[in-house]
Amino acid sequence: MALLSKKDANLILDPLADNNPITIQVLGICSALAITAELKASIVMAISVLFVLGVGNVVISLMRNIIPSKIRIIVQLVVVATLVIIVDQVLKAFAYELSKTLSVFVGLIITNCIIMGRFEAFALGNGPWKAFLDGIGNALGYGVILIIVGFFRELLGSGTLMGYPVLGDPITKTGLYATGYENNGFMIIPPAALIVVGIIIWVQRSRNKALIEEH
Amino acid sequence: MAINTDKNSYTVIFASLMVVVVGALLASLASGLGPKIKENERFEKQQNILYAMGVNQNVDEGSVNFIPTDRVEAEFSNYIKKQLVVNGNQAEEDNEAYLIDMKKQLDILKKGGEAKLPLFVGEKEGKTFYIVPMYGKGLWDAIWGFMSLDEHMVVQGVYFDHKGETPGLGANIKQRYFMDDFTGESILDGSRYAGVAVVKGNNDPLNKDKNDNEVDALAGATITGNGLAAMVKESVTLYKPYLETIRKK
Repeated sequence: MALLSKKDANLILDPLADNNPITIQVLGICSALAITAELKASIVMAISVLFVLGVGNVVISLMRNIIPSKIRIIVQLVVVATLVIIVDQVLKAFAYELSKTLSVFVGLIITNCIIMGRFEAFALGNGPWKAFLDGIGNALGYGVILIIVGFFRELLGSGTLMGYPVLGDPITKTGLYATGYENNGFMIIPPAALIVVGIIIWVQRSRNKALIEEH
Repeated sequence: MAINTDKNSYTVIFASLMVVVVGALLASLASGLGPKIKENERFEKQQNILYAMGVNQNVDEGSVNFIPTDRVEAEFSNYIKKQLVVNGNQAEEDNEAYLIDMKKQLDILKKGGEAKLPLFVGEKEGKTFYIVPMYGKGLWDAIWGFMSLDEHMVVQGVYFDHKGETPGLGANIKQRYFMDDFTGESILDGSRYAGVAVVKGNNDPLNKDKNDNEVDALAGATITGNGLAAMVKESVTLYKPYLETIRKK
């Protein structure tokens, strides 16, 4: 990438794979379990977090020298909450339909540990440009896992993708269902997300032995 | 110039400033966007009421399609012939009845007060629809809806919505494949106002039996389904005295 120096590019690329917030740092698991029963919800959540983490990291980074260290967590919370409320209100006024889909996630974004984690670990100690890249990178790393999990859970659990039936009709037995295939009801409940995330972690570590922790 | 950010006085000043700045920002945002948001909510309610009586842009099976927001106000006054406020078996007209907040009215009822219960009378192709609003609890938060009935107390259509049910599970109460099942079900069991229950494993997934007061439940959404059935039951019980006056036996 000519646009970014190698160091800067790594800020974006690292969290996508070798330092992924979900599969390596095991952060943001709660939302990964809760909302990935559908692909559409996963994508919406990924975009929301991308915005909040990208902008939030820049804001915190700009304020890093004036934030009193005693109340820095509170300041971080206020920044996230404010951003989320602004997004929510603007969407409610200008994209009402989308805001209804999003409403569930507002609370989840504020409590997402990845956001607080990046503010605390990166934005407080780095300049705004680097913080922005780091925010985007981590949000993408989070989003990629969310979308993979959402894809498999919706496909195997409901036989649909983005709400469109792709495997036929399970009730009238058409398409794949004519062969005796059934939707796996387990996939739409949250424990299934844990198992899918677990499989992703397994595949990732078996391909990159350096990620395996020693005991 | 380095600021000593560890000083208590600095911390207090910073916190106060932050609260004032953020507060002012959010307050101005809320008052600036408030009217637009209110309008969106008003349109949505009109869309929902019309949807329940079958005035929508649904094509075959698939997704929910409302009357577009730019036309909804005109269509609403076109199809909804009367807006009533019901009290026992009495009713009086009120052209703003659709703005009544069901939640507040149910709270008043619970405290033993006198509630204003809205009911809408719609007409489409010579048929009359009685649209009953409802409000209840799902798993995480509020659920609400509208149900249109004919003179025989047979459901003609429903619209359900929710505040925060789980996507892919409880949130599916607003999907066509769930809501469409209600159409044709009777809310009466004999002459008892039974509502429509949401039942698991009733051996009727295609919902062919329209006289069982039951629809098939959503997998993984037991509590939302139970809450919804309780909401329907509460609403038909509440409106029973008035519905009895219009029912054709």
